[in-house]
Formats: sequence, C-alpha cells, structure tokens
Amino acid sequence: MEDCFIEVKGLWKTFHNKKESVPVLKGIDLEVKKGEIYGIVGFSGAGKSTLVRCINRLEEPDAGMVRIGDKIVTSLNKKELDLQRSKIGMIFQQFNLFDSMTVYENIAYPLRVKKWKKEDIHRRIDELLDLVGLADKKDAYPGQLSGGQKQRVGIARALANEPDVLLSDEATSALDPQTTVSVLDLIKEINQKLGLTIILITHELEVIRYTCSRVAVMENGELLEKGSVREIFENPQCETAKNFISVYNKLRSSGWDG
Amino acid sequence: MSLYKYPFWEVLMHSFSKEVWEQVIPALGETMYMVVISSVFVLLFGVILGLVVVLTGKEGLFPCAPLHAVLGAIINCFRSLPQVIIIIVMLPVARLLLGQSYGSNACIISLIASCVPMFARLVESSLLEIGKGKIEAAKAMGSSNARILFQIMLPETLPSLIRSFTNAIVIVISMTALAGSFGAGGIGYIAVTFGYTRYQHDLLFATIIVLILIVQLVQLCGDAFSKMILKKRHLI
Repeated sequence: MEDCFIEVKGLWKTFHNKKESVPVLKGIDLEVKKGEIYGIVGFSGAGKSTLVRCINRLEEPDAGMVRIGDKIVTSLNKKELDLQRSKIGMIFQQFNLFDSMTVYENIAYPLRVKKWKKEDIHRRIDELLDLVGLADKKDAYPGQLSGGQKQRVGIARALANEPDVLLSDEATSALDPQTTVSVLDLIKEINQKLGLTIILITHELEVIRYTCSRVAVMENGELLEKGSVREIFENPQCETAKNFISVYNKLRSSGWDG
Repeated sequence: MSLYKYPFWEVLMHSFSKEVWEQVIPALGETMYMVVISSVFVLLFGVILGLVVVLTGKEGLFPCAPLHAVLGAIINCFRSLPQVIIIIVMLPVARLLLGQSYGSNACIISLIASCVPMFARLVESSLLEIGKGKIEAAKAMGSSNARILFQIMLPETLPSLIRSFTNAIVIVISMTALAGSFGAGGIGYIAVTFGYTRYQHDLLFATIIVLILIVQLVQLCGDAFSKMILKKRHLI
C-alpha cells in the first residue's frame, strides 16, 4: 500500500523463560493509513500488547521492520528513538499516571523531557486540558480523579508533544461502559481535529465497531484477518473473528450492550 | 536499687529519680550521637546500594547480571551474620580505620556494616513496588534513564522509602544498645554494666523507658511523614 503511514513487516518476537521459548509475534504484517483509527482485536494472550509495544520499541522485536512516516523505527539508535518516541503518544489500560505529580505536572512531564520553555508548557497544558475537558482539575492529584478522568489526563499527556501517532493499549478496558463511550468519543474527536493516526487494541468488539475504520483480528501471534470494520462484521472469514462476532451478537441480543 | 532487696514498685519509682537520670542522660547523648551519625550513613549508602541492585536487575534500567549477582551475594553474606558477630568482626576494621576498636565511633562502623545491607534490601523492595507500567509510560515519552530514576522511581516510592528508613532507624537503635556491651557506651552500656552486672534495676528500668520512648518517637515521626505525603497525593 503506497499511502500507508505506519508499516509493520515480518515482525517476530519470542519470549524466553528458563524452560521454554514462546513465540508471541509470528511474522506480523500491518499497514495503517495516515489519519485512520486502526483496531486490533483479539483475546488476551494473542500478542496485541506486544505488537503495539514493538511499534515504539518498548519491546525489541527479534526480526522485522517498523516504519512510521519516513523513519524506520527499528533501525534508530537510542537517541533517535527517544526523539521518535516523543512523536508517538501512548495510553494504557491502567492509565500509568504518576501519583507523585499533579495533573499539570503529569502533562508537563513529556514537555519537560523535550525541554520546552516554562511559558510554552503553561500555554500548551491549558490547551490540552480544554481539549480533554478537565480545565478545573489542573492542580488535582491522580488519586482524586475517577477512572475516566485519569484516562483523559493520560490522553492529554500522550498528546502533549503533538505526536503523529497515538497507540492505545486497552485504554478503555478498565472503564465502565458509559465512561468508555465518552473516552472513545474523545479519541474520535482528536482523530478528527488533529488528524492523528491511531492504533487501538482491545478485546472488546463493540469498541472497534464504535471507533475504528479498519480492523485486524489477532490470535496466537498472527493477524488472521484484516479489513474494514463493516467487512469483518458482515462476513467474518476466520474462526476467531466468527467467534468474536457471535459472542458480540449474543451479548447484544441479551441487552448487555446498551 | 535491686529487685532482690526492694519491691518492684519502689524500684520502678526510683528509676525516675534524679540520680538515675544523671547517669542516663549523658548515655542517651552518646546513643543519639551514634544513632544519628549511623542513620545518615545508612540512608546514604543503603539508598545507593539498593538503587544499584534494582537498576542492574533483569528488569532494571541498566541490566547487568554479574554486578547484580555479586552485590546480592555480598548483601546476603552480611545479612546472614547476627549483629553480635558483625560487631566482633568489625572491631579490627574499626581499629584499622580509626585507630581504636572501642568507643562510639568504632561502634558506628559496625552499625553501618550491619544496617546498610539490611536497609539496601528494604530500599530494593520499596523501589520494586512501583508499577512497571509507570516506567514503561515514562520510556514511551522518550525519557532518559536518569530522569526516570530521579523524577519517577524515587518520588513515586517516597512514602514506602520513608517507612523503610523508619524501620532501619529502629534497628539501628536496638543495635546501638547491643554495641553498648562491646565498649560503645550509651544506653546499652548502662543497661549491661549497671542493670545486669550490678543489679541496679532502677537504672535498667530507666534505659528501658528511654529506649521505648525513642523508638516510639521515631516510628511516630516516620509514619506521620509518610502519611502526610500519601494524604497530599490523595492515596489514602
């Protein structure tokens, strides 16, 4: 694909422990277009988190290539990688806010890493807090916030350095359905407003359906099926996708998904 | 006053008398001197040692298996020796370093040798409490390792580090009392020489009261300080 912004090619990763070697990624290929929200869905242990961590090299892949824009991420040295990482925002299931810092300081952290000036930090944080709707929580500590508010701070922090890419690692999985919807709305909003390319991994199909344009189904370290969300929902090919869809439909018909 | 001659109550009352405290207060001064100086060194070296152990660990910021293993083994060696034995072993070291193997300063050497490895382990377990995700988040934002260490790991685990340090001070105090019987002076010396050898149980009671009070005070301050930070962060 010519117009793809993030390209993953032949990615392999094996985890070793004393007894055995467990392959977690088995030759993953993935293309994500600029400005789209790309979903990766799979059961726990499928390798989704590892895949997304290979994109900003929180995990080092054993083989394969990751490209973002014109940068080959997998061949950057430590210094270049740190620079590149500030252009890749990431949000997490457990939010991973720093409890010792206020909301302001949490969002200021990535800016301080990049040595922004004090006034610029101040201005940027006001913008970001407006964007995520937490202007009144500037001096609160994460301990005072609800789950949804924490994830909003996480999003503000991830966006601070004006990244091109946002990686979302089960960002709504610890939230209740209502909060999930509001956080997904925020993700859609920043995708529209800022033209951010977003990779969203989740085990919840309704999250994919609500947010993404395209999706890949992952199982056992492989991407079994890729396509538009509509294609996968209407005509799932692989067993895992069929399984997911049938569970999803069962839950919906029992009224579980409002 | 001995319990063999006087009833318990009278001995206890006498332990509050002026003549008893005239002996206990200078000893308290010596004890405090040893405790404060040792605690400062224990804090400094213990934090450094604990940090190096964590940083060189498999999941650490600077993994280095050989250094990690060697430091771990050294810590374990010191930790396996009872305090009495460490004191005896460190006497020649004190003579080498200070020219004498008795007195408060010699005792401080043994206290450091015994308590630094202990506190290093406490620092290690405090630092390991930090969620892996927080460090991952900091890395994902392009942080240098130094920044992760000083702006994330240490501040995030500060309340737990304070509790660990409080524990370490309490152990330093109890060990100071023990070292008193090896010529270190202080409260322990009073307890052994007068309380044990000369049956002056009023003095013994006074030393007990003093030790309980100091330990309570240290524990109270440590808990309050750690709680204050947790409250500020709204974590309790």
